This record gives sequence, C-alpha cells and structure tokens, in this order.
Amino acid sequence: MKIHVTDQAGAEHELEGLDGWRVMEVIRDWGLNIKAECGGAAACATCHVYVDQQWLDKLADPSDDEEDLLYSTLDKKPNSRLSCQILLSDTLDGLKVTLAPSAAQS
Amino acid sequence: MQRLRLGLLDIKCQFIDILDRPGGQCAELYPEKPIYDIPGFPVVTGQELTENLMTQIAPFAPEFHFNRMVNSIDKQADGSFRLVTDADEVFLAKVVVIAAGGGSFQPKRPPVADIEQFENSSVFYSVRKMDDFRGQDVVIVGGGDSALDWTLNLQPIVRSLTLVHRRAVFKAAPASVSKMQELVGEGKINFLTGQIAKLDGENGQLNHVHLTTDAGDLSVPATRLLPFFGLTMKLGPVADWGLELNDNLIVVDTEKFETSVPGIFAIGDINTYPGKLKLILSGFHEAALMAQRAKKIISPDERVIFQYTTSSTKLQKKLGVA
Repeated sequence: MKIHVTDQAGAEHELEGLDGWRVMEVIRDWGLNIKAECGGAAACATCHVYVDQQWLDKLADPSDDEEDLLYSTLDKKPNSRLSCQILLSDTLDGLKVTLAPSAAQS
Repeated sequence: MQRLRLGLLDIKCQFIDILDRPGGQCAELYPEKPIYDIPGFPVVTGQELTENLMTQIAPFAPEFHFNRMVNSIDKQADGSFRLVTDADEVFLAKVVVIAAGGGSFQPKRPPVADIEQFENSSVFYSVRKMDDFRGQDVVIVGGGDSALDWTLNLQPIVRSLTLVHRRAVFKAAPASVSKMQELVGEGKINFLTGQIAKLDGENGQLNHVHLTTDAGDLSVPATRLLPFFGLTMKLGPVADWGLELNDNLIVVDTEKFETSVPGIFAIGDINTYPGKLKLILSGFHEAALMAQRAKKIISPDERVIFQYTTSSTKLQKKLGVA
C-alpha cells in the first residue's frame, strides 16, 4: 500500500504504508518533516496535512475535537485534516496528502 | 521519576516548569488518554500516571516552581551552575537535569491577522494579574478548562464578558460549564458560537472584536482578549545553552545521559542518542542512570552502595515505609 506525500519544500515522496497504520505514523517513520508532538492522541494539530481533493470523500468525517484542533492552526484550509486521524486501509491505497507548514518540526 | 531516583541518593532538587502543574506532556496533552505500555499498569491515563508519580515522590518533599521558564544556564568558576528564570529568579545548582520533553509549552496564537500588535497590551494568553481585567470589556475564546475557569473568575470584576467557542460543546469540568450557563441565563455574560474574524483597535489597544457567528457577523466591544487555543511545544532558550544539539534534540551519552556540558543532563523526549525511543519507559531508565552520575558529581567522596528498595531498610526509611 502506497501513500503519496508532498513535503513543505514541495518534494514528492511515495511511502510504503501498512493497513491499520495512521498516516502520521507512516510519514514520521519515513523521516519526513512532521512534528506530531502528541504522538497520535489528537491533542496538538502538529501532524496537519492537506488531503488531495479526489481523496477527501473517502475519509471518515473529522470529529469535533479534530475540527477544534484544525481551527487552532494558522494554515487551515477546507481540505485540512490531522494525519493521525486517518487510518490506512485498502480504500486509501494511493492517498495523496501535502504536509502543512504548521506540521514542520522547525 | 528523576525526583525518586535522586531522592533515593539523598540529592535535593528544585523543579522548574513552564506549566502551572506537574505532569508535562502526560498532563497537558493527553490527561484522559489511556496509556497501555507502562510496566505494571495494563492501562493508565496520563493524569493518573502523573498523580501516581506525585504520590511516589511525596516522601522527598519535592519543591516545585511552576509558571517559570529557565532562560539561561551559566557555569560558575567552581563548576556549579547559575540558572536564571523568566521571573528573574536565580537558582544555584551543582547539577542540572533537563527533562523538558518537546521543549517549553507555549500558547498557540490564534489564526487572526495582526494579533501580534495587540499582544501584551490587550491580548493575553494567560492571566497574571486579575486586576488588569477589572472594568474591561473582555472576550474569552475557547472551550476548555482555561476558557471556562477564567470566564467564571473574571466575570465579577469586568465591565462585560463574552465567551466565544466554535460550538456549544465544551471540554471543561461539567460544574464550570453549568455555572457558565447559569451566568448566561442571568444575562451576566454573553456566549456566542463562532470564530474571531478580525481585531479592531489602534496603538496596540483593542476596542472591538469582529466575529463570524451562527447568527451572522457581529462586532463585540473588547478591550481585552484572552484566546485559549491550547499549547504547543517550542525548544525555546534550551537552544542557547551551548549544548550539542541534533535536530533540536540534546545529544547525550547512554551511560550517564549527560550532555556535551559535563554536569548538565538531559532525559526523556528532549534527548537523542543512537536507538532512542520516545517512550515514557525510556525516561524512567534514563533518570536512574543519570542519578548515579549526578550523585558522583554532587558528593565525589561519598561511596555509593547500590541497593534495592525491596531489601534496604535505609532506602525504606527514606521512603517512609520502614
């Protein structure tokens, strides 16, 4: 299963993911620039990504907590999501996301 | 955990933390989330773990200095360290242990244009002196405990108070939510579901906040704005302490967890070494080894005998159980 991630510098990466992993975990595991400071607890918004329009409908709706956290970022867009809240499955094979500036480690 | 390990070795220590309570990430980021990989605890929340650790260190009468950040650390001629906080307090110590996690917790700035120009004059991210809010038109934004607590605390002394949150659901103590709703019912405060759109004012003095609400766009009188959007971690002054860093983490050895400056240690998420795992478990291990080396620096002539709490009456006396 692959996901396609564009980093903050505009470089595209094809990453191998596993069923049941969180997208944040895949991005972090491959060493891209993602802070993910709460480790997936949906408590910090530092794994913020923009989801490619064609994949948005395939994701479960964000929870109210996720919406609250996204609102607290400086760079929220209509296709913003927290990558720790996206669980990989067969239907998301090929998912395309872009790392938001606010997810950068430094 | 470093307090227990240091306490068992008769080392006194002072804790300095930018948060207003103990627990760091466990208490701030995931107090209600279950943790499943703490040895001996099939499941424990971040807050429960913090409370258990506080109970465990109670025999050593820990001294905490909250709401403070260490700005500088300077090595003295005698090898000890002089630390100065952002409250201009000075601490002298033979050993410094940095257990700062992802760095200093600092308030998130809300996504509103030009908010910087009002910060520290009309926009505040915490309340240091309640009197600064007396007789003011106050807008509080957020739905957590900080927003609700300050709504209740400030209401009696302000001229007007408007609480704004994205939705009418709060992540705060139910009693605080009920009390807030009573005040709304009595007409003593306003509650609006919406978001800040724009700030109005001049020379750093705010006079109105424009809101996008369910009832349309509104303008609310505001001479003080308190946004509570949670906290984020920033490395902060640690970067200026002359320690070897790697990707904003402090490089340590794995024998003593000492930094590139002898006498300064780093444990927990803030450090890095080959094979590092950012686990709470790792922090416990690192604290134990750090304490052994710290003892040798603090009491170089004292012979340290390695003992177990299960069998040593000396250690049990320190723990208050013998």
